[in-house]
Amino acid sequence: MSDDHNHHDGDDHELRVSKIRSGTVIDHVRGGQALNVLAILGIDGSEGEEVSVGMNVPSDRLARKDIVKVEGRELSQDEVDVLSLIAPDATINIVRDYEVIEKHRVEPPEIVEGVLSCPNAGCITTSGEPVDSRFEVLEDGVRCDYCGTIVRDEIASLIDT
Amino acid sequence: MRHDHLITSKQLTREDIETILDRAAEIDADPSAVADRHTNTLLGLLFFEPSTRTKMSFETAMKRLGGDVVDMGSVESSSVKKGETLADTVRVIEGYTDALVLRHPKQGSATMASEFVDVPLVNAGDGAGHHPSQTMLDLYTIRENAGLDDLTIGIMGDLKYGRTVHSLAHALTNFDAQQHFISPESLRLPREVVYDLHQEDGGAGIREHESLEEVLPSLDVLYVTRIQRERFPDEQEYQKVAGEYQIGTETLEAAGDDLTIMHPLPRVDEIAPEIDETDHAAYFEQAHNGVPVRMALLDLLLSDDGAADRRGGESDE
Repeated sequence: MSDDHNHHDGDDHELRVSKIRSGTVIDHVRGGQALNVLAILGIDGSEGEEVSVGMNVPSDRLARKDIVKVEGRELSQDEVDVLSLIAPDATINIVRDYEVIEKHRVEPPEIVEGVLSCPNAGCITTSGEPVDSRFEVLEDGVRCDYCGTIVRDEIASLIDT
Repeated sequence: MRHDHLITSKQLTREDIETILDRAAEIDADPSAVADRHTNTLLGLLFFEPSTRTKMSFETAMKRLGGDVVDMGSVESSSVKKGETLADTVRVIEGYTDALVLRHPKQGSATMASEFVDVPLVNAGDGAGHHPSQTMLDLYTIRENAGLDDLTIGIMGDLKYGRTVHSLAHALTNFDAQQHFISPESLRLPREVVYDLHQEDGGAGIREHESLEEVLPSLDVLYVTRIQRERFPDEQEYQKVAGEYQIGTETLEAAGDDLTIMHPLPRVDEIAPEIDETDHAAYFEQAHNGVPVRMALLDLLLSDDGAADRRGGESDE
Protein backbone atom coordinates (compact mmCIF):
# COMPACT_ATOMS: atom_id res chain seq x y z
CA MET A 1 0.00 0.00 0.00
CA SER A 2 1.27 3.45 -0.78
CA ASP A 3 1.63 6.18 1.77
CA ASP A 4 -1.50 7.82 0.58
CA HIS A 5 -3.57 4.66 0.71
CA ASN A 6 -2.62 3.57 4.18
CA HIS A 7 -2.34 5.43 7.39
CA HIS A 8 1.41 5.20 7.74
CA ASP A 9 2.08 8.88 7.10
CA GLY A 10 -1.10 10.06 8.71
CA ASP A 11 -4.36 11.36 7.42
CA ASP A 12 -3.01 14.81 6.61
CA HIS A 13 -1.88 13.47 3.21
CA GLU A 14 -5.44 12.52 2.52
CA LEU A 15 -6.37 16.14 2.92
CA ARG A 16 -3.72 17.29 0.48
CA VAL A 17 -4.14 14.62 -2.18
CA SER A 18 -7.41 12.83 -2.51
CA LYS A 19 -7.71 9.11 -3.16
CA ILE A 20 -8.30 7.96 -6.68
CA ARG A 21 -10.77 5.33 -7.75
CA SER A 22 -8.81 3.69 -10.53
CA GLY A 23 -5.52 4.60 -12.09
CA THR A 24 -1.92 5.04 -10.97
CA VAL A 25 -0.35 6.57 -7.94
CA ILE A 26 3.31 7.43 -8.34
CA ASP A 27 4.67 7.70 -4.86
CA HIS A 28 8.06 8.54 -3.37
CA VAL A 29 8.96 10.93 -6.12
CA ARG A 30 11.82 13.15 -5.01
CA GLY A 31 10.56 16.49 -3.75
CA GLY A 32 10.02 19.00 -6.52
CA GLN A 33 10.02 16.48 -9.38
CA ALA A 34 6.26 15.92 -9.71
CA LEU A 35 5.81 18.27 -12.64
CA ASN A 36 8.71 16.61 -14.43
CA VAL A 37 7.01 13.26 -13.87
CA LEU A 38 3.91 14.62 -15.57
CA ALA A 39 6.04 16.00 -18.41
CA ILE A 40 7.72 12.63 -18.93
CA LEU A 41 4.29 11.00 -19.10
CA GLY A 42 3.14 13.63 -21.56
CA ILE A 43 0.37 14.77 -19.23
CA ASP A 44 -0.35 18.46 -19.39
CA GLY A 45 -4.07 18.50 -18.64
CA SER A 46 -5.05 19.34 -22.19
CA GLU A 47 -6.65 15.91 -22.69
CA GLY A 48 -8.90 16.35 -19.69
CA GLU A 49 -6.93 13.96 -17.51
CA GLU A 50 -7.83 14.00 -13.84
CA VAL A 51 -4.55 14.44 -12.00
CA SER A 52 -3.72 15.14 -8.38
CA VAL A 53 -0.30 16.29 -7.30
CA GLY A 54 1.20 16.58 -3.85
CA MET A 55 4.52 18.32 -3.59
CA ASN A 56 7.04 18.32 -0.78
CA VAL A 57 4.86 16.37 1.61
CA PRO A 58 6.55 14.72 4.60
CA SER A 59 7.84 11.21 4.06
CA ASP A 60 9.60 8.75 6.34
CA ARG A 61 11.83 7.52 3.56
CA LEU A 62 12.65 10.72 1.64
CA ALA A 63 11.95 13.43 4.23
CA ARG A 64 10.07 15.34 1.53
CA LYS A 65 8.43 13.69 -1.40
CA ASP A 66 6.02 14.34 -4.22
CA ILE A 67 3.01 12.21 -5.10
CA VAL A 68 1.31 12.08 -8.47
CA LYS A 69 -2.08 10.44 -8.96
CA VAL A 70 -3.47 9.88 -12.40
CA GLU A 71 -7.12 8.88 -12.51
CA GLY A 72 -8.22 6.39 -15.14
CA ARG A 73 -4.81 5.53 -16.48
CA GLU A 74 -2.56 2.57 -15.72
CA LEU A 75 1.00 3.30 -16.70
CA SER A 76 2.81 1.00 -19.08
CA GLN A 77 6.07 -0.60 -18.01
CA ASP A 78 7.94 1.60 -20.52
CA GLU A 79 6.50 4.72 -18.96
CA VAL A 80 7.35 3.51 -15.51
CA ASP A 81 10.90 2.68 -16.50
CA VAL A 82 11.51 6.11 -17.96
CA LEU A 83 10.33 7.66 -14.70
CA SER A 84 13.32 6.09 -13.02
CA LEU A 85 15.56 8.70 -14.65
CA ILE A 86 14.16 11.47 -12.50
CA ALA A 87 12.43 9.49 -9.77
CA PRO A 88 14.70 6.54 -8.98
CA ASP A 89 13.02 5.89 -5.61
CA ALA A 90 9.48 5.98 -6.94
CA THR A 91 6.94 3.31 -6.22
CA ILE A 92 4.12 2.72 -8.64
CA ASN A 93 0.72 1.75 -7.32
CA ILE A 94 -1.96 0.57 -9.68
CA VAL A 95 -5.35 1.26 -8.13
CA ARG A 96 -8.69 -0.28 -8.98
CA ASP A 97 -11.84 0.49 -7.02
CA TYR A 98 -9.80 2.39 -4.43
CA GLU A 99 -7.60 -0.66 -3.74
CA VAL A 100 -3.93 -0.97 -4.62
CA ILE A 101 -3.87 -4.13 -6.71
CA GLU A 102 -0.27 -3.89 -7.88
CA LYS A 103 2.78 -2.14 -6.53
CA HIS A 104 6.30 -2.03 -7.85
CA ARG A 105 9.50 -0.03 -7.93
CA VAL A 106 10.81 1.61 -11.07
CA GLU A 107 13.70 0.00 -12.93
CA PRO A 108 16.00 2.00 -15.17
CA PRO A 109 15.59 1.07 -18.85
CA GLU A 110 18.58 0.51 -21.13
CA ILE A 111 17.39 3.06 -23.69
CA VAL A 112 14.94 5.96 -23.62
CA GLU A 113 13.56 7.17 -26.92
CA GLY A 114 11.69 10.34 -27.74
CA VAL A 115 11.56 11.54 -24.15
CA LEU A 116 14.63 13.73 -23.67
CA SER A 117 16.16 16.39 -25.93
CA CYS A 118 19.91 16.35 -26.48
CA PRO A 119 21.50 19.43 -24.93
CA ASN A 120 24.24 19.48 -27.59
CA ALA A 121 23.26 22.12 -30.15
CA GLY A 122 25.63 20.41 -32.58
CA CYS A 123 23.71 17.10 -32.39
CA ILE A 124 21.80 15.98 -35.47
CA THR A 125 18.70 15.25 -33.35
CA THR A 126 18.30 18.99 -32.72
CA SER A 127 18.23 19.83 -36.44
CA GLY A 128 14.66 19.16 -37.50
CA GLU A 129 15.40 15.69 -38.87
CA PRO A 130 12.63 13.07 -38.74
CA VAL A 131 14.24 11.15 -35.90
CA ASP A 132 13.44 10.71 -32.22
CA SER A 133 16.08 11.37 -29.64
CA ARG A 134 17.60 8.21 -28.18
CA PHE A 135 19.62 7.99 -24.97
CA GLU A 136 21.49 5.12 -23.45
CA VAL A 137 20.92 4.99 -19.70
CA LEU A 138 24.17 4.91 -17.74
CA GLU A 139 24.58 4.15 -14.05
CA ASP A 140 24.88 7.84 -13.28
CA GLY A 141 23.26 9.61 -16.21
CA VAL A 142 22.19 9.30 -19.81
CA ARG A 143 24.09 9.41 -23.08
CA CYS A 144 22.89 10.52 -26.50
CA ASP A 145 23.07 7.59 -28.92
CA TYR A 146 23.77 9.94 -31.81
CA CYS A 147 26.37 12.46 -30.64
CA GLY A 148 27.61 10.72 -27.49
CA THR A 149 26.92 13.62 -25.12
CA ILE A 150 26.68 12.46 -21.52
CA VAL A 151 24.33 14.19 -19.07
CA ARG A 152 24.62 13.35 -15.40
CA ASP A 153 22.84 16.22 -13.70
CA GLU A 154 19.78 18.12 -14.73
CA ILE A 155 18.27 15.24 -16.67
CA ALA A 156 14.85 16.68 -15.91
CA SER A 157 15.77 19.80 -17.87
CA LEU A 158 16.11 17.64 -21.00
CA ILE A 159 12.54 16.42 -20.87
CA ASP A 160 11.01 17.04 -24.25
CA THR A 161 7.72 18.71 -23.44
CA MET B 1 34.90 -7.75 -41.32
CA ARG B 2 31.15 -7.70 -41.22
CA HIS B 3 29.75 -4.18 -41.08
CA ASP B 4 27.18 -2.55 -43.30
CA HIS B 5 28.39 0.93 -42.43
CA LEU B 6 31.47 2.57 -41.00
CA ILE B 7 30.28 5.18 -38.53
CA THR B 8 32.88 5.29 -35.77
CA SER B 9 36.14 3.56 -35.03
CA LYS B 10 34.53 2.34 -31.81
CA GLN B 11 32.67 -0.29 -33.80
CA LEU B 12 35.90 -1.86 -35.05
CA THR B 13 37.75 -4.67 -33.34
CA ARG B 14 41.48 -5.16 -33.60
CA GLU B 15 40.75 -7.94 -36.09
CA ASP B 16 38.62 -5.58 -38.21
CA ILE B 17 41.35 -2.96 -38.20
CA GLU B 18 44.02 -5.46 -39.17
CA THR B 19 41.81 -6.78 -41.96
CA ILE B 20 41.47 -3.27 -43.40
CA LEU B 21 45.16 -2.44 -43.01
CA ASP B 22 46.29 -5.76 -44.49
CA ARG B 23 43.98 -5.30 -47.44
CA ALA B 24 45.29 -1.75 -47.89
CA ALA B 25 48.85 -3.06 -47.90
CA GLU B 26 47.99 -5.61 -50.62
CA ILE B 27 46.39 -2.90 -52.72
CA ASP B 28 49.27 -0.50 -52.06
CA ALA B 29 51.72 -3.13 -53.29
CA ASP B 30 49.81 -3.82 -56.49
CA PRO B 31 46.99 -1.36 -57.26
CA SER B 32 46.58 -2.71 -60.78
CA ALA B 33 45.37 -6.05 -59.40
CA VAL B 34 42.13 -4.42 -58.27
CA ALA B 35 41.68 -2.02 -61.17
CA ASP B 36 38.56 -3.81 -62.44
CA ARG B 37 37.27 -5.07 -59.14
CA HIS B 38 34.27 -2.75 -58.84
CA THR B 39 33.35 -1.78 -62.38
CA ASN B 40 29.80 -0.44 -62.67
CA THR B 41 29.87 0.52 -59.00
CA LEU B 42 28.81 4.05 -58.16
CA LEU B 43 29.79 5.83 -54.97
CA GLY B 44 27.72 8.82 -53.82
CA LEU B 45 29.72 11.68 -52.30
CA LEU B 46 27.62 13.78 -49.92
CA PHE B 47 29.83 16.51 -48.50
CA PHE B 48 27.95 19.12 -46.54
CA GLU B 49 31.24 20.70 -45.41
CA PRO B 50 34.33 21.64 -47.41
CA SER B 51 36.83 18.86 -48.00
CA THR B 52 39.82 18.36 -50.24
CA ARG B 53 41.78 15.31 -49.14
CA THR B 54 38.94 13.13 -47.90
CA LYS B 55 36.67 13.80 -50.83
CA MET B 56 39.33 13.48 -53.51
CA SER B 57 40.85 10.37 -51.98
CA PHE B 58 37.48 8.62 -51.86
CA GLU B 59 36.88 9.67 -55.45
CA THR B 60 40.30 8.43 -56.48
CA ALA B 61 39.84 5.19 -54.54
CA MET B 62 36.53 4.37 -56.20
CA LYS B 63 37.88 5.14 -59.65
CA ARG B 64 41.02 3.07 -59.06
CA LEU B 65 38.74 0.14 -58.16
CA GLY B 66 37.09 0.52 -61.56
CA GLY B 67 33.99 2.32 -60.31
CA ASP B 68 32.83 5.89 -60.48
CA VAL B 69 31.36 8.60 -58.27
CA VAL B 70 28.42 10.94 -58.30
CA ASP B 71 28.83 14.08 -56.30
CA MET B 72 26.11 16.10 -54.62
CA GLY B 73 28.18 19.22 -55.21
CA SER B 74 28.13 22.14 -52.85
CA VAL B 75 25.36 22.64 -50.34
CA GLU B 76 24.62 25.97 -52.01
CA SER B 77 23.75 24.26 -55.27
CA SER B 78 21.82 21.32 -53.79
CA SER B 79 18.31 20.68 -52.52
CA VAL B 80 19.63 21.20 -49.01
CA LYS B 81 19.40 24.88 -49.82
CA LYS B 82 15.65 24.35 -50.30
CA GLY B 83 15.34 22.92 -46.81
CA GLU B 84 15.53 19.19 -47.55
CA THR B 85 16.38 17.07 -44.52
CA LEU B 86 19.48 14.91 -44.43
CA ALA B 87 17.24 11.87 -43.99
CA ASP B 88 15.50 12.64 -47.30
CA THR B 89 18.74 13.42 -49.12
CA VAL B 90 20.38 10.11 -48.24
CA ARG B 91 17.25 8.15 -49.07
CA VAL B 92 17.13 9.72 -52.51
CA ILE B 93 20.82 9.32 -53.31
CA GLU B 94 20.97 5.71 -52.09
CA GLY B 95 18.62 4.93 -54.96
CA TYR B 96 21.25 6.16 -57.41
CA THR B 97 24.33 4.58 -55.90
CA ASP B 98 25.89 1.46 -54.38
CA ALA B 99 27.48 3.18 -51.37
CA LEU B 100 27.55 6.60 -49.74
CA VAL B 101 30.23 8.74 -48.16
CA LEU B 102 28.86 11.44 -45.88
CA ARG B 103 30.46 14.49 -44.32
CA HIS B 104 28.14 16.70 -42.31
CA PRO B 105 28.63 19.43 -39.71
CA LYS B 106 26.33 17.83 -37.12
CA GLN B 107 27.52 15.20 -34.64
CA GLY B 108 25.61 11.96 -35.01
CA SER B 109 24.63 12.74 -38.60
CA ALA B 110 26.21 9.56 -39.96
CA THR B 111 24.53 7.42 -37.30
CA MET B 112 21.18 8.92 -38.17
CA ALA B 113 21.73 8.71 -41.93
CA SER B 114 22.70 5.04 -41.65
CA GLU B 115 19.30 4.32 -40.12
CA PHE B 116 17.61 5.48 -43.32
CA VAL B 117 19.66 3.61 -45.94
CA ASP B 118 20.52 0.05 -46.86
CA VAL B 119 23.62 0.71 -48.96
CA PRO B 120 26.93 0.95 -47.05
CA LEU B 121 27.56 4.39 -45.60
CA VAL B 122 30.94 5.71 -44.53
CA ASN B 123 31.18 8.57 -42.07
CA ALA B 124 33.68 11.04 -43.51
CA GLY B 125 33.38 13.39 -40.55
CA ASP B 126 30.35 14.33 -38.44
CA GLY B 127 31.00 17.70 -36.86
CA ALA B 128 33.29 17.35 -33.87
CA GLY B 129 32.41 13.66 -33.64
CA HIS B 130 34.25 10.99 -35.61
CA HIS B 131 36.21 10.43 -38.79
CA PRO B 132 36.95 6.69 -38.94
CA SER B 133 38.33 6.42 -42.47
CA GLN B 134 40.94 9.05 -41.54
CA THR B 135 41.77 6.86 -38.56
CA MET B 136 42.38 3.87 -40.79
CA LEU B 137 44.91 5.77 -42.87
CA ASP B 138 46.45 7.16 -39.67
CA LEU B 139 46.81 3.63 -38.29
CA TYR B 140 48.22 2.42 -41.59
CA THR B 141 50.85 5.17 -41.47
CA ILE B 142 51.67 4.45 -37.83
CA ARG B 143 52.01 0.73 -38.54
CA GLU B 144 54.36 1.45 -41.44
CA ASN B 145 56.53 3.85 -39.43
CA ALA B 146 56.46 2.75 -35.80
CA GLY B 147 54.29 -0.34 -35.41
CA LEU B 148 51.00 -0.44 -33.52
CA ASP B 149 52.02 -2.35 -30.41
CA ASP B 150 54.36 -1.04 -27.72
CA LEU B 151 53.58 2.38 -29.15
CA THR B 152 53.93 5.64 -27.27
CA ILE B 153 52.02 8.35 -29.08
CA GLY B 154 51.49 12.02 -28.33
CA ILE B 155 48.32 13.55 -29.74
CA MET B 156 48.52 17.33 -29.64
CA GLY B 157 46.44 20.36 -30.54
CA ASP B 158 42.68 20.80 -30.65
CA LEU B 159 41.55 17.67 -28.89
CA LYS B 160 38.13 19.05 -28.04
CA TYR B 161 36.76 19.52 -31.55
CA GLY B 162 39.22 17.29 -33.39
CA ARG B 163 37.21 14.41 -34.78
CA THR B 164 40.31 12.73 -36.19
CA VAL B 165 41.71 12.68 -32.66
CA HIS B 166 38.57 11.14 -31.17
CA SER B 167 38.48 8.35 -33.74
CA LEU B 168 42.19 7.63 -33.52
CA ALA B 169 42.14 7.49 -29.72
CA HIS B 170 39.30 4.96 -29.72
CA ALA B 171 40.99 2.78 -32.32
CA LEU B 172 44.31 2.76 -30.47
CA THR B 173 42.69 1.21 -27.41
CA ASN B 174 42.70 -2.03 -29.43
CA PHE B 175 46.49 -2.02 -29.30
CA ASP B 176 49.15 -1.86 -26.64
CA ALA B 177 49.56 1.90 -26.96
CA GLN B 178 50.34 4.61 -24.42
CA GLN B 179 48.40 7.71 -25.42
CA HIS B 180 49.48 11.17 -24.25
CA PHE B 181 47.03 13.96 -25.01
CA ILE B 182 48.61 17.41 -25.13
CA SER B 183 46.49 20.54 -25.37
CA PRO B 184 45.62 23.81 -23.70
CA GLU B 185 43.12 23.40 -20.89
CA SER B 186 40.37 24.89 -23.05
CA LEU B 187 40.82 22.29 -25.79
CA ARG B 188 41.13 19.10 -23.75
CA LEU B 189 39.46 15.91 -24.87
CA PRO B 190 35.68 15.97 -24.37
CA ARG B 191 34.68 14.21 -21.17
CA GLU B 192 32.60 11.79 -23.25
CA VAL B 193 35.68 10.64 -25.12
CA VAL B 194 37.68 10.27 -21.91
CA TYR B 195 34.81 8.26 -20.43
CA ASP B 196 34.91 5.89 -23.39
CA LEU B 197 38.68 5.58 -23.38
CA HIS B 198 38.63 4.61 -19.73
CA GLN B 199 35.90 2.06 -20.46
CA GLU B 200 37.74 0.62 -23.44
CA ASP B 201 41.26 0.79 -22.14
CA GLY B 202 40.83 0.69 -18.40
CA GLY B 203 42.50 4.10 -18.40
CA ALA B 204 45.93 2.51 -18.13
CA GLY B 205 47.30 3.96 -21.33
CA ILE B 206 45.84 7.46 -21.26
CA ARG B 207 47.45 10.64 -19.89
CA GLU B 208 46.61 14.31 -20.37
CA HIS B 209 49.18 17.13 -20.45
CA GLU B 210 49.42 20.82 -21.22
CA SER B 211 53.08 20.74 -22.23
CA LEU B 212 54.75 18.73 -24.97
CA GLU B 213 58.12 18.94 -23.23
CA GLU B 214 56.99 16.53 -20.51
CA VAL B 215 56.52 13.67 -22.91
CA LEU B 216 58.35 14.42 -26.15
CA PRO B 217 61.50 12.35 -25.45
CA SER B 218 59.41 9.21 -24.87
CA LEU B 219 57.30 9.45 -28.02
CA ASP B 220 57.41 7.14 -31.03
CA VAL B 221 54.77 9.19 -32.82
CA LEU B 222 53.62 12.79 -32.44
CA TYR B 223 50.22 13.39 -34.03
CA VAL B 224 49.67 17.14 -34.43
CA THR B 225 46.36 18.84 -35.18
CA ARG B 226 45.60 22.46 -35.89
CA ILE B 227 44.69 24.70 -32.97
CA GLN B 228 41.53 26.16 -34.37
CA ARG B 229 41.71 29.88 -33.82
CA GLU B 230 38.02 30.28 -34.56
CA ARG B 231 37.09 28.15 -31.53
CA PHE B 232 38.55 30.56 -28.98
CA PRO B 233 36.30 33.09 -27.31
CA ASP B 234 38.87 35.83 -27.82
CA GLU B 235 42.11 36.37 -29.68
CA GLN B 236 44.17 36.85 -26.51
CA GLU B 237 43.25 33.40 -25.26
CA TYR B 238 44.36 31.94 -28.57
CA GLN B 239 47.64 33.85 -28.57
CA LYS B 240 48.45 32.51 -25.10
CA VAL B 241 48.61 28.96 -26.36
CA ALA B 242 49.22 29.11 -30.09
CA GLY B 243 53.02 29.41 -29.97
CA GLU B 244 53.38 26.60 -27.46
CA TYR B 245 51.91 24.09 -29.85
CA GLN B 246 54.13 24.76 -32.86
CA ILE B 247 56.82 22.29 -33.83
CA GLY B 248 60.11 23.65 -35.10
CA THR B 249 63.51 22.08 -35.57
CA GLU B 250 64.54 23.37 -32.13
CA THR B 251 61.54 21.59 -30.59
CA LEU B 252 62.81 18.31 -31.95
CA GLU B 253 66.16 18.53 -30.22
CA ALA B 254 64.53 16.77 -27.29
CA ALA B 255 62.87 14.14 -29.47
CA GLY B 256 64.05 10.64 -30.23
CA ASP B 257 65.74 10.05 -33.59
CA ASP B 258 62.94 7.75 -34.70
CA LEU B 259 60.08 10.10 -33.87
CA THR B 260 57.41 10.08 -36.56
CA ILE B 261 55.42 13.30 -36.93
CA MET B 262 51.93 13.07 -38.36
CA HIS B 263 49.18 15.60 -39.11
CA PRO B 264 45.79 15.00 -40.74
CA LEU B 265 46.26 18.29 -42.67
CA PRO B 266 45.57 21.00 -43.53
CA ARG B 267 48.28 22.56 -41.38
CA VAL B 268 48.66 26.27 -40.86
CA ASP B 269 51.68 26.94 -38.67
CA GLU B 270 51.74 23.92 -36.36
CA ILE B 271 54.68 22.30 -38.11
CA ALA B 272 57.50 24.43 -39.54
CA PRO B 273 58.28 23.78 -43.22
CA GLU B 274 61.89 22.84 -42.31
CA ILE B 275 60.51 19.65 -40.74
CA ASP B 276 59.14 18.52 -44.10
CA GLU B 277 62.51 17.41 -45.38
CA THR B 278 63.45 15.48 -42.24
CA ASP B 279 62.93 11.77 -41.64
CA HIS B 280 60.43 12.70 -38.94
CA ALA B 281 57.83 14.02 -41.40
CA ALA B 282 55.18 11.47 -42.33
CA TYR B 283 52.20 13.74 -43.01
CA PHE B 284 52.36 13.76 -46.79
CA GLU B 285 52.87 10.00 -46.82
CA GLN B 286 49.89 9.87 -44.43
CA ALA B 287 47.74 11.84 -46.88
CA HIS B 288 48.82 9.63 -49.79
CA ASN B 289 47.88 6.54 -47.79
CA GLY B 290 44.29 7.77 -47.94
CA VAL B 291 43.85 6.22 -51.36
CA PRO B 292 44.91 2.58 -50.75
CA VAL B 293 43.23 2.59 -47.34
CA ARG B 294 39.96 3.91 -48.74
CA MET B 295 40.23 1.45 -51.63
CA ALA B 296 40.50 -1.31 -49.04
CA LEU B 297 37.56 0.04 -47.06
CA LEU B 298 35.32 0.36 -50.09
CA ASP B 299 36.38 -3.05 -51.35
CA LEU B 300 35.52 -4.68 -48.02
CA LEU B 301 32.21 -2.84 -47.63
CA LEU B 302 31.14 -3.54 -51.21
CA SER B 303 32.31 -7.15 -51.34
CA ASP B 304 31.58 -8.72 -47.99
CA ASP B 305 28.61 -10.81 -46.89
CA GLY B 306 26.71 -7.62 -46.24
CA ALA B 307 26.70 -6.79 -49.91
CA ALA B 308 25.49 -10.30 -50.69
CA ASP B 309 22.75 -9.98 -48.08
CA ARG B 310 21.60 -6.70 -49.54
CA ARG B 311 21.25 -8.39 -52.90
CA GLY B 312 19.29 -11.28 -51.45
CA GLY B 313 22.24 -13.60 -50.93
CA GLU B 314 23.67 -13.35 -54.41
CA SER B 315 27.45 -13.21 -54.24
CA ASP B 316 29.39 -10.78 -56.38
CA GLU B 317 32.42 -13.07 -56.52
